[in-house]
Amino acid sequence: MAQTLFDKIWNQHTVAVSDGGSALITIDRVFLHERTGAAALKRMAEMGRAVLDPARVFAVMDHIVDTRIGRGDDTLMPGGSGFITETRAACREAGIRLFDVNDRDQGIVHIISGEQGIVLPGLTLVAPDSHTCTQGAFGALAWGIGSSEAEHAMVTSTLRLERPKTMRVRFEGELSFGVTAKDMILTLIAQHGAGGGAGHVVEFAGEAVKALDMEARMTLCNMATEFSAMTGIIAPDAKTFEYVSGRPLAPADFDDPAWAELVSDAGASFDREITIDASQIAPMVSWGTSPEQAIAIDGKVPGGPARAHEYMDLPAGQTLEGIALDAAFIGSCTNSRISDLRRAASILHGQHIAPSIKKALVVPGSLAVKRQAETEGLDKVFEAAGFEWRMSGCSLCFYAGGEGFPEGSRTISSTNRNFEGRQGPGIRTHIASPETVAASAIAGAIADPRAYAKEKA
Amino acid sequence: MTAFPQPFSSIAAPLMRDNVDTDTIIPSREMRSTGRDGLADGLFAPWRYVEADAREENPEFVLNQPPYRDAKLLLTGANFGCGSSREHAVWALAEWGIRTIIAESFAPIFRNNCVRNFILPITLRRPLVEDLAGAEVAIDLCDQTISCARTSYPFEIDAEAKQMLLHGLDAINLTLKQSDAIHDWLAADRPSRPWVYLEHTQ
Repeated sequence: MAQTLFDKIWNQHTVAVSDGGSALITIDRVFLHERTGAAALKRMAEMGRAVLDPARVFAVMDHIVDTRIGRGDDTLMPGGSGFITETRAACREAGIRLFDVNDRDQGIVHIISGEQGIVLPGLTLVAPDSHTCTQGAFGALAWGIGSSEAEHAMVTSTLRLERPKTMRVRFEGELSFGVTAKDMILTLIAQHGAGGGAGHVVEFAGEAVKALDMEARMTLCNMATEFSAMTGIIAPDAKTFEYVSGRPLAPADFDDPAWAELVSDAGASFDREITIDASQIAPMVSWGTSPEQAIAIDGKVPGGPARAHEYMDLPAGQTLEGIALDAAFIGSCTNSRISDLRRAASILHGQHIAPSIKKALVVPGSLAVKRQAETEGLDKVFEAAGFEWRMSGCSLCFYAGGEGFPEGSRTISSTNRNFEGRQGPGIRTHIASPETVAASAIAGAIADPRAYAKEKA
Repeated sequence: MTAFPQPFSSIAAPLMRDNVDTDTIIPSREMRSTGRDGLADGLFAPWRYVEADAREENPEFVLNQPPYRDAKLLLTGANFGCGSSREHAVWALAEWGIRTIIAESFAPIFRNNCVRNFILPITLRRPLVEDLAGAEVAIDLCDQTISCARTSYPFEIDAEAKQMLLHGLDAINLTLKQSDAIHDWLAADRPSRPWVYLEHTQ
């Protein structure tokens, strides 16, 4: 019988199915960070439990760690250094490989997993972090869990799960100039709602997905959680195997015919199918306080929940372009890879951010991305344009480093969440692609990146 | 943490908003240690307090209103608990005293976190959720019914979650009983997928 890619990975990893229908699924990789992983490690120690196979568990300092140059264990977050020192001690105790604060391979968990070859096609991988779905871009079944589930996965190398439903989202046709994977996923969520993927594993497919490079595929899968899906996944192809080949923890070759079977069979049926015409997608910007409240850059704010209009201080009918901004942020597991930085830098080259922008940051997704960007001189482009250049980490995506934007700021951000207070109390966040952030920072107001990119072309 | 209490009865506190996210349930700045305790004070901090730092209560927020201050049952809209996977959101709710959440729908990670901490997540159609606002509601988990003075509804819950909630079962202990099957699976898998099994690198 024809199977989906999800079915193949799920079935292969099933140890047992209970009478009630829940399955015991083996977990190939666990990745922790100091924010939620520390709690799992602490509990595990309190219960006197041990990691079953420590060589398949990894940890990184990315969430609370400071991103200012010259950082150590101290953070601006009160009590933050406790998370760092406790995580370090617990990893040593449990025998877990840790990418520490200033390890040369440190970075955001979902970025370094790919860089190190920790995630591979066909694996199951979990992390106590909702954006673990990013790693579905490799054709792995990778999803976010809570701390208790992380403890379960470490102690037993399994999780107990209800079988999710399957959905295929096809992006057919070609993306227009200046339109990116970020705009694709925001379009899906805006059209089908922030709860639209609930209960499903979403396979992204179609011509426009095949055309994306690996980094853009990670951006697409990254926001499957904002769609309320269990995860997103993309079938591995030549681009995937080329990306993973030679990574430190990847296998020596991908010659085994099993790798080629990691695709949905022709005729495999999904519980739900959605098709989107990629050629009709425009650069997207959020206007409200949920990722579903996003519109094309040349649109007007529609009528939505009163609370969202009030928090964002934007009435229905307001034109999005031209809304004045106070701050700009390029970073996060959504958009902080080298290709993101290159595209933003190409818009900022020879330009300067508007005087009204009081804080502008670029936070590379990993120290490897940072080094590569510096080799290419991108750091100088950003600094000349008025952006601060940082060490890698999650940073102001969520205010966990204890560092905030100026009070009451309206920010444009290449991140994934525009929730109330996500980037700090009272901060109003507009999420968009890195090129839209760059163009808007120059304009000092929400701006269409296509105009700026064209000037360069 | 204990099994879901039976019998269970509570006034139903309505927080009828959609997409309530875990950053709002427990903001990052309220998660001050690696432990699971001391979180109730920061529960819904952006909404519960006029000024979060000064802890000045917002009288308009439902859990600050007299009939609901001791509510153990929260009613809410679609996609409750979306956003960050932080289990601290559930720990904060549990510490505050919430034992049941009835929502139009839940974000998946949050829902699993509820079950692991013996909070009962129930999904009902929106008009039925709204109908329970302010009522004294009894929940029979064995029979899977919700009832108040006016009416009674059945609800769905998967068999394993029900057993775990009813008996306060620890999922890890449950799985450890299947250790032999897991080890057999791993032994059979290792030769066919050697790349999965890494050498220790710490």
